[in-house]
Amino acid sequence: MTESDQKIRVLVAKPGLDGHDRGAKVIASAFRDAGFEVIYTGLHQTPEMIVSAAVQEDVDVVAMSVLSGAHMTLFPRVKKLLDEAGADDVLLTGGGIIPEDDVATLEAQGIGRLFGPGTATTDAIAYIREWYASRELV
Amino acid sequence: MHVSENRLSVTHTRLLDQFRGGKPLALARAISLVENQREGFQDFLHTVLATGSRTRRIGFTGPPGAGKSSLVAELARAYRQADEHVGIVAVDPTSPYSGGALLGDRIRMNELATDPGIFIRSMATRGSLGGLAATTKEVIDLMDAFGFERVLVETVGVGQTELEITAAADTVVVVLVPESGDAIQAMKAGLMEIADVFVINKADRPGADRLLREIRQAIHLRTGHALSDVPAHHGVDLSRMMKKEATEDAPAPHEGGWQIPVLKTTAQTGEGVPELLAAIVDHRTWLEESGELVRRRRLRARGRVSDVVDRELHRLAWASPEVQDRMARGLDDIQEGRGTPYSVADTILRALLKDRGPLR
Repeated sequence: MTESDQKIRVLVAKPGLDGHDRGAKVIASAFRDAGFEVIYTGLHQTPEMIVSAAVQEDVDVVAMSVLSGAHMTLFPRVKKLLDEAGADDVLLTGGGIIPEDDVATLEAQGIGRLFGPGTATTDAIAYIREWYASRELV
Repeated sequence: MHVSENRLSVTHTRLLDQFRGGKPLALARAISLVENQREGFQDFLHTVLATGSRTRRIGFTGPPGAGKSSLVAELARAYRQADEHVGIVAVDPTSPYSGGALLGDRIRMNELATDPGIFIRSMATRGSLGGLAATTKEVIDLMDAFGFERVLVETVGVGQTELEITAAADTVVVVLVPESGDAIQAMKAGLMEIADVFVINKADRPGADRLLREIRQAIHLRTGHALSDVPAHHGVDLSRMMKKEATEDAPAPHEGGWQIPVLKTTAQTGEGVPELLAAIVDHRTWLEESGELVRRRRLRARGRVSDVVDRELHRLAWASPEVQDRMARGLDDIQEGRGTPYSVADTILRALLKDRGPLR
């Protein structure tokens, strides 16, 4: 089996206290239908829970859905914990209601693309596929 | 193939150091190495398994929605309280249409998510039948080598033939719910043969006691004690019947065999979980005292060896240019009516056996 045959593993994570997981579920199903192995852990995840799951499941990608407005705290926090766990090669991406300025700030901190409302699931899938194909292999 | 520690690549040697240092990320990446059967995975397994096995392996099978994940989470919590380190492997199905999978067993295990003494890994079946993924048993071996005292394995729970679990676990717990139907369903599904312990979960729902009685009778049918708990006449005093049942909650081992307990649990409230823990301990004691554990481990080792041989033969056969060549010529023969699939296979096998040098 060659590297390219391998399944892309994605953790779809829903941090924080808001109870809106429709988007996360839609994305999880779309990823599955795109051939990804999707780990979904449910609502109300803390950054610690997300990173612990990402490490144990050895995912390639963490995709976070943040609708609560806490994105400026949550994305950097998860990124920091991933780096500390040695999983700095994991792509942290996500979506939610995130102003453009904040997107730029977060992307400058090493966080992957962030998708706004109305994004086609196919865009996110294409982005992950492209990233996976071009990532540096250790 | 010539497995040896000396053959480890630089990357795998570094991984091995971190693995032996107890780093969870190293275990996670070793599991991926094995799951994807990447170059060198057999050398890695060979190297870490050389220390022998210590882990107690408990398998959970049963229909979807029976509460396997919730029960596993309850047991994991109890084992943690006893200071054991617990590995959990949860298997979910791969979609045959997209090749993707939605692995959702962690949802029921969120309370365990940040406990450093617990490691949970979700696996997709990736086309394997039998309730486990192709490499689940090897992943359990890795957790064993990593130092977990206990590994809990949860099967897919979709098919009716999840027999692979018997090759992966010391103790198999079959989880049913009152809605699972009658005992005939369990007998049809082959669950009677694989259960070391039966659990009727969600036992606060109607029908739990009826299913419990039926399963007990079905077990007695198999062991030749079918009539021992059936009243002799209709109109028998019901209260006496009930009393008799109560005493059966503590089954005595008979004739050197294991009397399969049938328990009721409600994972949501934790009710019945202490009894399940006790049954697992009893089964362990029986395994050790009866010599069954040695027998099962030997069987397991045998299965593992033949798995590896099968896999390597398959790989060797189809990677050989000689075989490819004979296949191509054989197909021409078949097309022109000069050969059959059997004659072509015969020339391929002859070619393989003739030029067998050192493997690889």
